[in-house]
Amino acid sequence: MTEAVLENETQGMQGVAEDWSRDKQVFGVPWGKAMMWIFLLSDTFIFSCFLVGYMSVRIATTDPWPNPSEVFALSFGGDPIPLILIAIMTFILITSSGTMALAVNMGYRKDRNKTFWLMVATAALGASFVGMQAFEWSKLIIEEGVRPWYNPMGAAQFGSSFFMITGFHGMHVSAGVIYLLFVAFRVKRGYYDRQGGNYEIVEIAGLYWHFVDLVWVFIFALFYLW
Amino acid sequence: MAAKEGHQEHPLKVYWIMWIALFVLSAGSYATDFMEPSALRQFLILLFMFLKAAGIVAIFMHMFWERPALKIAILGPPVAIVVLIWLMSLEGLHVEDTRLEYYGQSTFEPQEPAHH
Repeated sequence: MTEAVLENETQGMQGVAEDWSRDKQVFGVPWGKAMMWIFLLSDTFIFSCFLVGYMSVRIATTDPWPNPSEVFALSFGGDPIPLILIAIMTFILITSSGTMALAVNMGYRKDRNKTFWLMVATAALGASFVGMQAFEWSKLIIEEGVRPWYNPMGAAQFGSSFFMITGFHGMHVSAGVIYLLFVAFRVKRGYYDRQGGNYEIVEIAGLYWHFVDLVWVFIFALFYLW
Repeated sequence: MAAKEGHQEHPLKVYWIMWIALFVLSAGSYATDFMEPSALRQFLILLFMFLKAAGIVAIFMHMFWERPALKIAILGPPVAIVVLIWLMSLEGLHVEDTRLEYYGQSTFEPQEPAHH
């Protein structure tokens, strides 16, 4: 271990040059983590394409763009509160990001019980996020009559962008919930202890989950607030 | 601590601070929805967006503690998206101009969103 640390000692641009040019593994991280980062990089481009496409059609349309603040308002008996459901979903996702970060930390401490429960809490928050999204979709489809090809409030592109972007994000959240539960139950059963006590997988799953939250930050700002 | 290969164990305090910061930034983000549309509002939306994104990537995803070789490989390529945004906004404006020239102003009569 000491030798590995010494070899990785060079910092800054000199370190970059050495990492890439030496006849050795480039990234000083486990392969699973490097692969997850590269997958997330490709996913970044997919979501960027959706969001840039949305920008493009929103600029190009001559029909009025519905005001998301009003469309996603929700009334709890009184006056409708603008964008409240989306705000709640944002806070749920941030809370789940925090529990995930703690789960990663507890994983490194090999605290199986805490890691398990924090991951289950993260998955539960993620599932409630998807539930709220299902509610939001039903409201838009049934009550407002929005379709991917039609929108009674204005530009049809609003419908297509909305269903594509939030649908793809929701699919990522759903996949993340399954992924997290899978890893969580393996943690609980002590699977990773039998594999030599390597809890790196918790951090890798965490990377995916934080990325889902990261994408939501951009969707929230660019689709719902703009 | 982070010098050990790929091992990202940090004091819990770092996560608590980041967590609280994300809540505050999200509240700020949501608050912009109550502002009148203006350049300032758009600036604040983007500012809160980038601050939140940076916090998540740097702290929660541990990018801050990674070696520069990984930082550059992952954070470098997305910069190309700026060019895509620029090109597609030009394209969007061109399409809008063409539509206005050939089809004229929109005659769409929007219906108000229903609140139940």
